[in-house]
Amino acid sequence: MKRSYNLAPVPINKISNSFAEAVSDIPSGASIMIGGFGGAGGQPTRLMMALRDLGVGNITIIGNVAGISKTTGYGWPDHLDPIDQGVFFESGQATKITCSFPVPGTTNPISEIEKAWREGNAEVDIVPQGTLIERIRAAGSGIPAFYTPTGVGTPVAEGKEHREFDGRTYLLEEALAADYALIRAEKADTRGNLQYIGTSRAFNPAMATAAKITIVEVDEIVEPGGIDPERVGTLSTYVDRIVLRDAEDPLP
Amino acid sequence: MNLSSEIMGNDPAPRLGRAAIAKRVARDLVDGSTVNLGIGIPALCADFLPDGIEVLYHAENGILGFKELSAPGEGNPNLMDAGGKFPKLVPGMAFFDSVESFNLIRGGHIDVTVLGALQVSRTGDLSNWMIPKRGIGSIGGAMDLAANAKKVVIAMEHTARGGIAKIVESCSFPLTAPNCVDQVVTDIAVIDIDRANGRMILRETAPGWTLDDVQAGTGAKLEIDGDIIDIA
Repeated sequence: MKRSYNLAPVPINKISNSFAEAVSDIPSGASIMIGGFGGAGGQPTRLMMALRDLGVGNITIIGNVAGISKTTGYGWPDHLDPIDQGVFFESGQATKITCSFPVPGTTNPISEIEKAWREGNAEVDIVPQGTLIERIRAAGSGIPAFYTPTGVGTPVAEGKEHREFDGRTYLLEEALAADYALIRAEKADTRGNLQYIGTSRAFNPAMATAAKITIVEVDEIVEPGGIDPERVGTLSTYVDRIVLRDAEDPLP
Repeated sequence: MNLSSEIMGNDPAPRLGRAAIAKRVARDLVDGSTVNLGIGIPALCADFLPDGIEVLYHAENGILGFKELSAPGEGNPNLMDAGGKFPKLVPGMAFFDSVESFNLIRGGHIDVTVLGALQVSRTGDLSNWMIPKRGIGSIGGAMDLAANAKKVVIAMEHTARGGIAKIVESCSFPLTAPNCVDQVVTDIAVIDIDRANGRMILRETAPGWTLDDVQAGTGAKLEIDGDIIDIA
């Protein structure tokens, strides 16, 4: 017997009314990916501030360059006060971060992440950037682990399986998924297709695929068709919630 | 060439300035190559590309083909390089995400990377991500670049504060990658590393410096293979 399908169009409503609403179900103990590269471009700054205001604790952050903008100005225009992943360590919410670049060369002043680490309040797991992004990509694409040449012969390789292919040694690295991904795009259509701009892509597209719930902060929401299909950078399937920024928002 | 104005401590002659180190590295860049510059002295290389040479600068955050930086205060956060600076939009530029960016690196498509270092060993081991005393460091793209770029050039000051050798027999700091450095350009010397045989060969010195002068500030044995010339 042929199955019957309800062919009536199902409204897809992924648009949240506020940043606070979009993050309101994040529980304590959650693992949360924060998109972008480091710096203001591509960073979901308003979602981060909403997560800070939500106040849930014992969270694990996954990011790339993390927590160095506030003390060094990294990737922020000169006239603005930078906001970075350090907010979750300053607030005491984060107990762990997995990232590639958690501290700048200088310790003056010391960053919030280094401070939390020195005081024994946070674990800092430092991963080579290419391995970090590939672990995230793997999680989103059904690959449980992969071999990489990066990190062989360094502290990163300790305790990991080594294997030789064509005379070169590689490390086995495992996929890295999360409960939530907070990401940033320039534009979303109401279905959740995303368009990025410039260097704001970075970790955003891969993180969108690797979390149970992906929440995106955008500068513009358009009707389907408002994004050229040739320019879709993240497919709507990966996106669960969309929040629109205020057009007058002074933060980039 | 811009030399520092004064002779420091027991030095026989002035050392090169940071810009002169970068200029010497830039001189060897090959037309049409894809190049990744690290932060610090390496980033200065972009200012000294010889006339008639064009290279494609890659930055880990997902940009290929950038040239000069925007004027202070005019940068766009969505047009950044990996050092957190804001380049200008130029024709032929390409943007991509971090998966693609590290495909390029890990896949061996970067011709040259110029990086800074805390220590470089005789066999070409590189340490540049953590000082053990601090206990926390930042890897960023350095391990991927050092392990996978076709050529790894280190641009740095020859010695650390207090005259402590950064070029050593064996690195005491955690490694970024073993046996990866091909050339070291410092404020007093250009040294090629024969990685297959674990030999350091002194090629050039700052004017007024001899092999013995450079060796005195170096923790690994320097060998000679042909003439030593002045860094120009």
